[in-house]
Amino acid sequence: MSSPDLSPRRLLGRLTSWDAAIIGVLILFVIIASFTVDNFASSRNFSFLVLDLAPIALMALPMTLIIVTGEIDLSVASTLGLASAVMGAMWEGGLPIETIIPVCVLLGAVLGAVNGTFVTVFGLPSLAVTIGTLALYRGLAFVVLGDRAVAEFPASYTDLVTGRIGDTGIPLLLIPLVVLGLVFAVVLHVTPFGRSLFAIGANAEAARFSGTRVTRVKFWLYVVSGAVAALAGVLWTLRYSSARADNGTGLELAVVAAVLLGGVSIFGGRGTLWGVIAGALLLTSLQNALRLADVSNEALSVVTGLLLIVSVLAPNLASNSHAALRRRRRPDPPPPASPNPDPAPSPTPAVRSS
Amino acid sequence: MSLRSTRPGSVRRLAPVAVGLVLAVGISACGGTTRDSSAGDTSGSTGAAAATANPDAPIREGLKIAFLPKQLNNPYSDIEAGGGQTAVTELKGDYKLVGPNDASASSQVSYINTLIQQQQDVIGIAANDPNAVCPSLNQARDAGIKVVAFDSDAAKQCRDVFVNQATTQGIGETLVKMTHDLTGGQGDIAILSATPNATNQNAWIAVVQEELKKPENAGMKLVATVYGNDDDQKSFQEAQGLLQTYPNLKAIVSPTTVGIAATARYVSSSSYKGKVAVTGLGTPNQMREFVKDGTVSQFALWNPADIGYLAGYAGAALASGQITGKQGETFTAGKLGKYTIGADGEIVLGPPTVFNAQNIDQFNF
Repeated sequence: MSSPDLSPRRLLGRLTSWDAAIIGVLILFVIIASFTVDNFASSRNFSFLVLDLAPIALMALPMTLIIVTGEIDLSVASTLGLASAVMGAMWEGGLPIETIIPVCVLLGAVLGAVNGTFVTVFGLPSLAVTIGTLALYRGLAFVVLGDRAVAEFPASYTDLVTGRIGDTGIPLLLIPLVVLGLVFAVVLHVTPFGRSLFAIGANAEAARFSGTRVTRVKFWLYVVSGAVAALAGVLWTLRYSSARADNGTGLELAVVAAVLLGGVSIFGGRGTLWGVIAGALLLTSLQNALRLADVSNEALSVVTGLLLIVSVLAPNLASNSHAALRRRRRPDPPPPASPNPDPAPSPTPAVRSS
Repeated sequence: MSLRSTRPGSVRRLAPVAVGLVLAVGISACGGTTRDSSAGDTSGSTGAAAATANPDAPIREGLKIAFLPKQLNNPYSDIEAGGGQTAVTELKGDYKLVGPNDASASSQVSYINTLIQQQQDVIGIAANDPNAVCPSLNQARDAGIKVVAFDSDAAKQCRDVFVNQATTQGIGETLVKMTHDLTGGQGDIAILSATPNATNQNAWIAVVQEELKKPENAGMKLVATVYGNDDDQKSFQEAQGLLQTYPNLKAIVSPTTVGIAATARYVSSSSYKGKVAVTGLGTPNQMREFVKDGTVSQFALWNPADIGYLAGYAGAALASGQITGKQGETFTAGKLGKYTIGADGEIVLGPPTVFNAQNIDQFNF
């Protein structure tokens, strides 16, 4: 994994600016949409928005951590689908929902562990592994439930997922979302564990030599990612009151898009969680507003695709021009500061892969 | 990349977590919310207002009627929605068409939510999943929107009426009537169906068998039922096999669009052309060349444009208070005439349309 030859401070400076930009764009967009799109700024629309946001934002949390270490997990939407299918099969079999939910989350952890094992123990590229399990888990979901749909989940549970807090119009679902968001933000940005993730993403070899158990960290990230994806599957099933093998098909793209839009580098080593949350919010509210404005589905896909490309392209262009500028001014940059335990500087100035 | 596995230490630390989870599962397994204990707990909001119908109420003008088919850019869905547009235009309403590009259940929900926000008067929906759209449709009804399911029903507690393209009985009867016309009511006939466990086809075949027991159909003998698995190649071979095995065959009935086209293609290029009748359910565009060259003289299918058209009129009648969705209420659907709501809010379009050389050029789907 190559790392940009920049001092940690500069790195931090620029990614703050990218996150700030995304948050700024989000605020600007919400203000404009509130005035120009009928019915956008209503409490009901807000609750619809949160319901649409929840699965994407949930899966984006562990995805952020994984992409920060320079890996990826494309199997999340299929894990969601398989958890949903298994949930349906068990519900049909007469098991109590209080058993089904933890079993599904556990299953997700196991599915994540499979990914983690292939990536860490066998050292295979995560892109290839999770494309494989993307197909595998979705296939298993169809084996479990076929084309059928299992419905009639208890209203006490489905209402919890779709309900609101009192008369406020704030969806109940926002609570676990905020709590998990805070937990992941603290883990990534405050704890030494979080700092070690950036170190792995910046340079895995260097991180290993400085004492980080790279393979173990990555393995557990996949386990968490699987468990959270399965939890998203449970929530998805309860929201739609319908367990199907094709639930959430193609959602992994939205998740990766939200993470990249939030300023996380696809090459690893940099990004922030609040940027990702802003990215997910921007993506869903953009789609919500465009739909309300009667923009066709094709245009919607085009916009999402372009946004994804821009989000990958813009930081790279910025960093390239930045670096070029710096080279011209100071042809011989001094070596980075002390070898602190934070983002470990690369031993050699690595060439940036594009 | 290192090949080191996870350390034993991590396993030790995981053990209590696993034990805890297993315990939690075990404890919760004794007594909890199961499918049986929660039966009847799923209804949620009922949505429908207990209004009474006023059959003389005029149709309101400027009604906002939105159609949400299974999928956009699907030729069949487009024709259905086109029929809806014709109806809404006739009623001086405001027509809108929205929908997902994939025929998935959950993507329809986002569109329902959008339509609620836009305060439409009527939502016409061909549901991809009868239950997944249910909570949203009930929210729509709580917001005063009338919901008309067409083509594919939503769960019946979340829509006001359902426009059903055809009844099983109606299709079975039409198949036998066409075969009777083509064979003069005499001779061996065979069925080429989809798959052995295709629900719709099996239901229709069961009606066909019942109809054949009637005295006026006693001259016709069903000698074989074969399955082309809705695969063009396999259906073609099965048709060939039928004609070789049963030299006295007078007609092949194929209640599936793939089967009838493959059978017609085989017969049109064989010596059986003009001697063995081919009929069943097919689309006009698929069958046009075989009707023109004389291989096929009659086949049937419901007219998708009429489904959307009827849904449009039903929606307007609901929004204007002419009907509420109760059994026995009646309304007039433009050129299609008068309809009565059946049990469970079902409105049956009527017997399928029979296509022949005279009328086939009026249809393009």
